Amino acid sequence: MLLIDCPHCGPRDETEFRYGGQAGIAYPTGETSDARWAEYVFLRDNPKGWFRERWFHVHGCRTWFDVERHTVTHEIRNTT
Amino acid sequence: MRFTFDGRPMRGEPGDTLAAALLRNGVRVVGHSVELGRPRGVFTAGPEEPNALVRVGADPMLAATVVELYDGLEAWSLRGKGRLTPDAADDRPDDRRCDKGYLHCDVLVIGGGPAGLAATAAAGRSGARVILVDDQPSLGGDLLNSRVLLDGAPALEWVAGLTLPARILTRTTAVGYYDHNYVVAVERRARGERLWHIRARRVVLATGAHERSLAFPGNDRPGVMLASAARAYANRYGVRPGRRAVVFACADSGYTAALDLLAAGVEVAAVVDPRPAGLTVAAEVPAEVLAGAVVTGTTGDAAGVLTGVLVGERHFEADLLAVAGGWNPAVHLFSQSQGRVRFDEGLQAFVPGTSAQAERSAGACRGLYGTREAIADGHTAGTEAAEAALSSRTALGARAALGGRAAGSRAGETGGTAGSRAGEAGGTAGSWAGEVGWGVAPLRVPECDEQPLRPPAALWVVGDPVPGGTEAVEPAFVDLQRDVTVADLVRAAGTGMRSIEHVKRYTTAGTGADQGKTSGAVVVGVMSALLGAGPGEVGTTTFRPPYVPESFATLAGRDRGELSDPVRTTAMHDAHVARGAVFEDVGQWKRPWYFPRDGESMQAAVLRECRAARTAVAAMDASTLGKIDIRGSDAGAFLDRIYTNMYSTLPVGACRYGLMCGADGMVFDDGTTTRLADDHFLMTTTTGNAAAVLDWLEEWHQTEWPDLDVSFTSVTDHWATVAVAGPRARQIISVIAPGALELAFMRYASTAVLGVAGRVFRISFSGELAYEVNVPWRYGRALWETVLELGAVPYGTETMHVLRAEKGFPIVGQETDGTVTPQDLGMSWIVSRRKPDFVGRRSHSRPDTARADRKRLIGLLPEDPAALVEEGAQLIAGEGAPSGGVVPMLGHVTSSYRSATLGRTFSLALARNVAVGDRLTAVSGGAAHGVTVVEPVFYDPENARRDGDPLPAGVAVPYQGECRAESPATAFAARFGAVSTETVRLREVPFESMWEVRGADPGVGLRLGPSWWFISGNFLPGPGWVDVSDQRTILELSGPGAEDVLITGCPIDLHPDVFPGHAQTLLAQTSVLLERRAPDTYRIYVRSSFTKYLAEWLIDALAAL
Repeated sequence: MLLIDCPHCGPRDETEFRYGGQAGIAYPTGETSDARWAEYVFLRDNPKGWFRERWFHVHGCRTWFDVERHTVTHEIRNTT
Repeated sequence: MRFTFDGRPMRGEPGDTLAAALLRNGVRVVGHSVELGRPRGVFTAGPEEPNALVRVGADPMLAATVVELYDGLEAWSLRGKGRLTPDAADDRPDDRRCDKGYLHCDVLVIGGGPAGLAATAAAGRSGARVILVDDQPSLGGDLLNSRVLLDGAPALEWVAGLTLPARILTRTTAVGYYDHNYVVAVERRARGERLWHIRARRVVLATGAHERSLAFPGNDRPGVMLASAARAYANRYGVRPGRRAVVFACADSGYTAALDLLAAGVEVAAVVDPRPAGLTVAAEVPAEVLAGAVVTGTTGDAAGVLTGVLVGERHFEADLLAVAGGWNPAVHLFSQSQGRVRFDEGLQAFVPGTSAQAERSAGACRGLYGTREAIADGHTAGTEAAEAALSSRTALGARAALGGRAAGSRAGETGGTAGSRAGEAGGTAGSWAGEVGWGVAPLRVPECDEQPLRPPAALWVVGDPVPGGTEAVEPAFVDLQRDVTVADLVRAAGTGMRSIEHVKRYTTAGTGADQGKTSGAVVVGVMSALLGAGPGEVGTTTFRPPYVPESFATLAGRDRGELSDPVRTTAMHDAHVARGAVFEDVGQWKRPWYFPRDGESMQAAVLRECRAARTAVAAMDASTLGKIDIRGSDAGAFLDRIYTNMYSTLPVGACRYGLMCGADGMVFDDGTTTRLADDHFLMTTTTGNAAAVLDWLEEWHQTEWPDLDVSFTSVTDHWATVAVAGPRARQIISVIAPGALELAFMRYASTAVLGVAGRVFRISFSGELAYEVNVPWRYGRALWETVLELGAVPYGTETMHVLRAEKGFPIVGQETDGTVTPQDLGMSWIVSRRKPDFVGRRSHSRPDTARADRKRLIGLLPEDPAALVEEGAQLIAGEGAPSGGVVPMLGHVTSSYRSATLGRTFSLALARNVAVGDRLTAVSGGAAHGVTVVEPVFYDPENARRDGDPLPAGVAVPYQGECRAESPATAFAARFGAVSTETVRLREVPFESMWEVRGADPGVGLRLGPSWWFISGNFLPGPGWVDVSDQRTILELSGPGAEDVLITGCPIDLHPDVFPGHAQTLLAQTSVLLERRAPDTYRIYVRSSFTKYLAEWLIDALAAL
């Protein structure tokens, strides 16, 4: 059970949150090739190590925020 | 104390374990081994026991060494492999009341031996919140079993003299150590176990060490016992584990055991020490010491019980062989925490190496076996843990203080609110002793009479483990519970296995209920010899939770039966139950499926309900549809980006059906959205997707378009909704909501319904004249009863599905499965070509979504009009069942019903490459039905029926009666009172107005999140305040026991230093707003649909106290 440090509510159990996948994936605007669009919709990084990802505090303040989580140790840092 | 074992009456002493009591009564054979059926006796005195497994009451398998004796206990030995016999379980009713609880602390100390006690004392005096868990009934750890003197007095006097500023949980075993210092522990209580979920800033592991055995022929006979266990039975329980003993001392603890046995009146025939003569302490033990010698075998009587011990050529008569094979630090929890163990050559054991979490091992569990050094180590560990925890707590507290206004600043209310809580001393139900720790004198490490310990013999197996090497005499066991012998390991190595994990799975060594606590080291030692590698290179198998076996009853706690999962009910639920509705689960909702009349079948009921809706008037409880209040000057623009069709141009007062897609272009949800004002919309969602849609809106707004002025408030539980459908629906509207009588199709009116402020939408999911009538939740039942009294026939979800399918309306989640686009559903008309963009638009032109041969929604008519094709049936080309071979599947049936209107069966399906008129075969479960493809609209394709019958002249008499209000908790008032006590009271707070506010700080209320406020009480609402008065019910829990109730279902830390006075969080797996109004008074604001479930949960929780 991860302890996730919500920037507004403080540390809460993982069960209060919804996972949002990789952070920093911007919605493409303007003309977009099929390949570029498919990358946006379907492709995400899956690193072994530090990973910047989004969480949503669904049962708390209902805010989306980013955290860095180590995918091996589950260590969490730099919540924003 | 009287007890029985296998039906034989026996007597034990208070404080005995069942194992001690059995030994006290001379029981040598407790059971027989699983595979070989060999007699086995008590081997240990703790949770590592591999042999003495018994059935006690409803517990099918327990180690007798951890069962506390009680008067009237009935135990049975186990024979052979276990069997699960549910019938037998019914004969032994399990009346335990297990539950769970959440705790938070600065420092968690696991283990109440010398190191853990010192750590607790040291951490507690720093002011940290400390929890100490220990699996024994009383503190002391190994001191309970020993005769060691501290400062010249019995060690337990030292224990009794300690000041321990901590919450102390005895009879509590930490069984799991998970991410971020989340430790799960089981407290054994007479009325049923409690599963504690403990979140600690720092953990001190003081779990001690297990003595190990070693492999020698005949090492499994009843009478062979760990030396530490023999010593525990003699010292702690006053039970002589034998009359004449041989001690096999690979480590100095064997000599301590020999002395303790002698003191207890046991004759010691010999001490066998594999180490060279110069290293023995022969002088201290008045018995023959055989240095440089090993036990080579045992002899037994006809029953297999130990009669003697072989040391080479010599035979010693003995009924007890006490084996001191050395010690294994109990690194189980450390390893579960993902810490890495390393092999210590000096100790010949695996010890904690690199930590992965904020923990530290202390004392024997890191190889510091001496009492004095364990105390000193524990003291250091406790001090350091408290310092580290308090510095991180301070950092957190400073930030929490900046986190916004606490409840204390509620405007317009009298004082005594939660804000004043901060800074008060403890004294809550949790009875934190933390604060009293300040100023306690530092712990002095006592003097101890122990001798320094010398290195143990590096001996794991007697004789060379080679094929046939030890088997000649008697099997030499490595795992007693799984009957795994040295010969089995030799075979495993012979097959070429090198990994200890493979050997475990091949031989099953270590897979018993004891998880190889006594065997793991021996297996590693023997494999090390077989592979010619050091034990450190061989390594250990993975330590997995739980540390000791736990029953499913313990894990389930109170989450069973009706409380196993939250249930949502509508305001009309009790009326549905009274009317005999059959319910179906839709997400967590209970929805009426159909309303059978006396003895009516489902099929007959649904046909009757459908006829009523098509020919007269019928009513459905539609309260479960998600309802989202959307406000802001950019609300229309936002909806344009979310829906595939246009909303910014929707006139005020108009409703529009909309589809939304995921970024992948697939249909995600549908519903009607109504423009209530220029900057105000009400969106409806499908029942099952309401939460997901709200999340979706928040996600796009917060992460992509934060510049748009728009906000979202769930009002699903604020409004109760009745759908009134049928050609005569207007007659009912004329009575209950005359102000809505003139509504045109797809228009909305804010109007009085039964005299209360309601909303009426003229929208139809059946093709008939239909209205969705909304009133605040508390009037929902009155509305429903009135509509039925006026002649509407109640119908359920099945009829709703049939009616919409006749019209060819798809259901998201039934016709769609995440791979279906609007175009696939034949709904290109709803996908705007004028809008520059909406979520999913670009995906509709991807090569895969744009290709011509995608599955599309079609209608099917079975050739046999009475044949109902099964939903999920596969469609293949041609007629008749496939004769074999590979047949291309064209698609599948998504919906299939009997239609009262059509007088026949019909289906909807998704299929590729088919055209109207094609004849296909639908195949499922061995049945094949010929079907013909038709357009997916079976009834009234011209939409001629949607205006219904005109109102007969002179009928309309507006409703004159009172519209009765009923809170979801009203029915619980008496039960709340009955379950309340002096220590904890439960009641419903009378109705209060409530609002949610977005944007600027309204100056009152509770801050729920960034720019989000909750206000309850007597206020004149400001502009933009969203009325959510019926969205939540207010329950109040008060009294000194209130927190004891909350911690059984609420995972957050309620300590006044941490809890700001209110929080949105989970209680009993249900989203709630929790507010501390006074030190012992909590308000629980719970969604109306969850109120009945939470009320039942709270009543159960109070009853369990």
